[in-house]
Amino acid sequence: MKINVTVNNRERVFDISPDEYLLDTLREHGFLSVKRGCDNSSCGVCTVLLDNKPVASCTLLTIKTEGCHITTVEGISKDAEKLSEHMGDEGADQCGFCNPSLALTMYALKQENPHPTDDEIKKYLVGNLCRCTGYQSQVISIRKCLEDDE
Amino acid sequence: MKVVNNKVPSIDGKGLMMGRPAYTDDLAERNSLIVKILRSPHPHAKILEIDYSEALKLPGVELVLTHKDFTRKSFTRAGQGYPEPSPYDKFVLDEYVRYIGDEVCCVAAISDKICREALELIKVKYEILEPILDFEKAIDSETIIHPEDGIFEQFPIGFEPKRNIAAAYHMEVGSVEKDLKESEVTLEDSFYTQAQAHVMLEPHTVNARIDYQNRLVLYTSTQTPVHVRRIISQALDIPLSRIRVIKPRVGGGFGGKQHIHGEMFVTTVTLKTGKPSKMVYTREEVFESSYSRHPMRIDVKLGASKDGVLESIDCHILSDTGAYGEHALTVFMVAGSKVLPLYNKVKSVRFYGEVVYTNHTPAGAYRGYGAIQGNFALESAIDMLVEKLGIDPLEFRDKNMIKQHETSPIFAIMGEGTEGTAMTMESCELEYCLHRGRELIGWDDIYPYKQVSKTKRRSVGMAIAMQGSGIPYIDMGSATIKLNDDGFYNLMVGATDIGQGSDTILAQIAAETLQCKIEDMVVYSSDSDLTPFDTGAYASSTTYVSGNAVYKAAKLMREMLIEEASVALKVKPEDIEYDGKTFKANDKTITINDLSNRLYYNEDQKQLVATGSYFGTKSPPPFMAGYVEIEVDTETGEVDIMNYVSVVDCGTTINPMLAKGQVEGGIMQGIGMAMYEEVLYTKKGKLITNDLMNYRIPTRLEVKKLTTEFADSYEESGPYGAKSVGEIGIDTPPAALANAIYNAVGVRLKTLPLTPEKIFMAMKKREEDNNE
Amino acid sequence: MKIKNYYKTSNLEDAYKMLLDDKQNIIIGGGAWLKLTKKIVETAIDITPANLNEIIETKDSIEIGAMTSLHQIEINKALQSHCNGILCEAISHIMGMGIRNIATIGGSVMGKYSFSDILTPLLVMDTSLVFHNYGEISLEEFMNIKRFDKDILVRVIIKKDNRKGYFHKVQKTALDFAVINFAVSKKNKIRIFVGSRPSIAIEPLKAVEYINNQKVVNDEVIATTASIAANEMKLGSNSRAGSEYRKSLVEVYIKRGLKEVMSNEN
Repeated sequence: MKINVTVNNRERVFDISPDEYLLDTLREHGFLSVKRGCDNSSCGVCTVLLDNKPVASCTLLTIKTEGCHITTVEGISKDAEKLSEHMGDEGADQCGFCNPSLALTMYALKQENPHPTDDEIKKYLVGNLCRCTGYQSQVISIRKCLEDDE
Repeated sequence: MKVVNNKVPSIDGKGLMMGRPAYTDDLAERNSLIVKILRSPHPHAKILEIDYSEALKLPGVELVLTHKDFTRKSFTRAGQGYPEPSPYDKFVLDEYVRYIGDEVCCVAAISDKICREALELIKVKYEILEPILDFEKAIDSETIIHPEDGIFEQFPIGFEPKRNIAAAYHMEVGSVEKDLKESEVTLEDSFYTQAQAHVMLEPHTVNARIDYQNRLVLYTSTQTPVHVRRIISQALDIPLSRIRVIKPRVGGGFGGKQHIHGEMFVTTVTLKTGKPSKMVYTREEVFESSYSRHPMRIDVKLGASKDGVLESIDCHILSDTGAYGEHALTVFMVAGSKVLPLYNKVKSVRFYGEVVYTNHTPAGAYRGYGAIQGNFALESAIDMLVEKLGIDPLEFRDKNMIKQHETSPIFAIMGEGTEGTAMTMESCELEYCLHRGRELIGWDDIYPYKQVSKTKRRSVGMAIAMQGSGIPYIDMGSATIKLNDDGFYNLMVGATDIGQGSDTILAQIAAETLQCKIEDMVVYSSDSDLTPFDTGAYASSTTYVSGNAVYKAAKLMREMLIEEASVALKVKPEDIEYDGKTFKANDKTITINDLSNRLYYNEDQKQLVATGSYFGTKSPPPFMAGYVEIEVDTETGEVDIMNYVSVVDCGTTINPMLAKGQVEGGIMQGIGMAMYEEVLYTKKGKLITNDLMNYRIPTRLEVKKLTTEFADSYEESGPYGAKSVGEIGIDTPPAALANAIYNAVGVRLKTLPLTPEKIFMAMKKREEDNNE
Repeated sequence: MKIKNYYKTSNLEDAYKMLLDDKQNIIIGGGAWLKLTKKIVETAIDITPANLNEIIETKDSIEIGAMTSLHQIEINKALQSHCNGILCEAISHIMGMGIRNIATIGGSVMGKYSFSDILTPLLVMDTSLVFHNYGEISLEEFMNIKRFDKDILVRVIIKKDNRKGYFHKVQKTALDFAVINFAVSKKNKIRIFVGSRPSIAIEPLKAVEYINNQKVVNDEVIATTASIAANEMKLGSNSRAGSEYRKSLVEVYIKRGLKEVMSNEN
């Protein structure tokens, strides 16, 4: 079946089966910034924004996104780039597999709560696992990145 | 120093943040066949028949491979020095399956969906065999896990498959039995560690294609590309020259990708079909069918004098390698060789034990590589001993631990499955680490504990640790630096960036030596056709071993540049001063840009390429002291981790921020192993904790604060004074936390992980015992 | 999970007819837990177009549309202030944001999941469910019906009252399922529910009866209540904890919960 969605402000038609998950659809269509980590909504690396809200694309049926706006990291490149600069400063980059999902979740946090405390950042991003860094440098980077917007 | 030991962002951070295709699966051919494995539902069985006729009938199924399709040739999947100290006990496919998740047969189809459907259509008849699921009952069991012919050891490692022993070892300095008998105070206990999972976020992934020169090209998420190429060549009888292995960006390894995973299957499928193929492990497969940390039982005996001199250490280990023996001997030996020298003043020390086969998921390499297991046991036991002695644990360690310019006989005795290499600690700031950590955690205010509310106690605990910097005389790294027109460079390294940032720190070393900007040092790593030899990212070898190789190559390039500048300026090389931009001799100058353009376009044309290679003649250990502050709920046993202080001596930090990242990431994984990462099996031997809903790694909310500092230290033999730092962070948390829990509530846990339930039950039992 | 057909409609009656049409037809909520089942679904019926994703506060109640996402609830002001915000608090500990934006209250209620962190707080509030065919039923009654006829949940209604609340989830890491969870509320009477025992949330009836019959609730009464609860409740063992440990947690956290709702009064 065919559905219409908007990905990063461009309209797309996806030909899908009803039990297909968004992660598979997106990767199949070349959106390779969306990563497959745990495949059961526990690690966060497959995060995309659905109408500006972060969702685990491994767990969302593609058909449910009909008529919606999907954003991958390419769609928020300015914010991602800024976060990347802070992560570079804080030494928060390691394997990079979770980086796009961090930027996307941070972007959504900013819409909901532009001035979060460190604790609020941690709680909002709790579903974004990282096995490399110990997290602290990421949280500092995100806080500094959001402070830039003030 | 301008570049080294300075804040330099990762060279790849931005590109990865922007989501540019970089990882193995991003680089698969779009029309790759999907390769999947039918896996054993039984922990131990003989395959009697595989009927895949229905699967083959399914449109889109390309082929099915069983053990009959492979030449029977044993190998080890461990990516380590060759010849390997691991037994050759694995066949690509075998008629036996030895754990739940073991490979039965392989299917290739045009889509993921069809491939899954095909797996369901395959009927397998098994003769079910008795499994061994308790590693303490493996030796001389009636069940033999590897009864087959054609398996062997490359050199003596104590391999006795008929007794279910994959490897064994024994060494003794002095007489432990005699000294323990004579010691005024002794301690004896056993400790258990679990089969921790690596949980790198990128699953094991590989793809294959045949290029236009008819050569096999593999992209694989690996820590050891050259070992992968060699093992494939050996096991599948393909000339090494026909294989190209490319390691793209890797999404974390931690030792888990220091083994062959799907490479044999995609290789075979692509060679048989001529079509590109790919394999991405499901998370369940990563848990059940890749590798874990070796679970161990560690029996420790200590002897000391009343005034607090540690006299003797006896350490026996039983290690569980699961169904296959990857890294069996070496992980087990590191539990001694990178732990016991911490207390180098003992009169006698013994280390011995066995590594046994069981019908569990195979164990393999994992950051810490035995040291974390040994450290948990020894550093717990030390705290138990000091309590008996009535001596302060920090004072005891200060008195008995290894210090600068000292040595331990163990270095010479124990190596990588063979003899070791004698060395003296030219750089060892462990004393500083111990004292600085004490200040940072506020030890003297809290130790042993403070009552903070009616139901909460705050306490501290600590442990010291050491690791290594590569494997002397075995690990080899090399680097090639190419000068380009306009005066920038390519740095080509075999060293394997798996997310730890080695591309960045190696570029820093080269840029420092050539006095150029980091942007002018373009790194390309780990492509067997294009980059020089390097054994790979393991054993904390990259900074020290590969870093030294880069340093040598850069030095050589610098000499070549000066030589060429002297020709251009018509002066003697020794008259030239070079600041990284301009060559000056008297009043004559030429810039690096002009010199390189001259070399490539105008006069005396030639390509400048410099290669350096390095192997260690010793393995200078990084050291650290780890201190933790916790709060324990005395009614429930729940623990909050308030602060983890790490003070690390890794020599010069080439990149202080990335070094900090290595330490903190290691600490968090160590905390995971210590507190949360429970490994549970059903009675049948099926892993229960086989996904991220059930296997719990720390999230960003578990640890309130990490405090990380580096000691001022300089290792003469390292590049710019550096030692390695990849593993040292992981070692201290289990013992530090067990010690902190003891300091808080007086119960000693000896089995990891240290869950609230175990703490609570131990408190309850103590209460009941006291009431009796 | 296999889904053969997908039917989207804004008409609940059409959806209801379709639901009854085939045994293997289901109403799909957020679909967050689909991946964990091995079901074969003939037709998945999606009522997203019916716009049941709003939270409406009236004079007496808060009405949550069945398709409202967990995160919408988590940040809803009315629910944050009702009963000390225990529903929002409970949701804030459920997995990550990526799931809380997918999972719906309808799916969470209809699944009757034993590990649910949502049913436990809902049960200590005055909660009822409105079904397309059946009409309104109290959540407690719904929980007690083993085989509720196939129906479509339309909204969840929480009656507003000046109830004090307490919720606590014991979990091993912040992303984990509950080892056990607790909700306590106090209006005229005290209610206590314990979920993820590891089976589904229930009330320790004897303990609740005991405490509600006391004229004065002091520390001793609270301790006795907690102890009665720990002894009467059926608790099991699973991969997250053994029954003995759960029993101790029941005693500790019911005590803490009762103290909190009692002290809130001042």
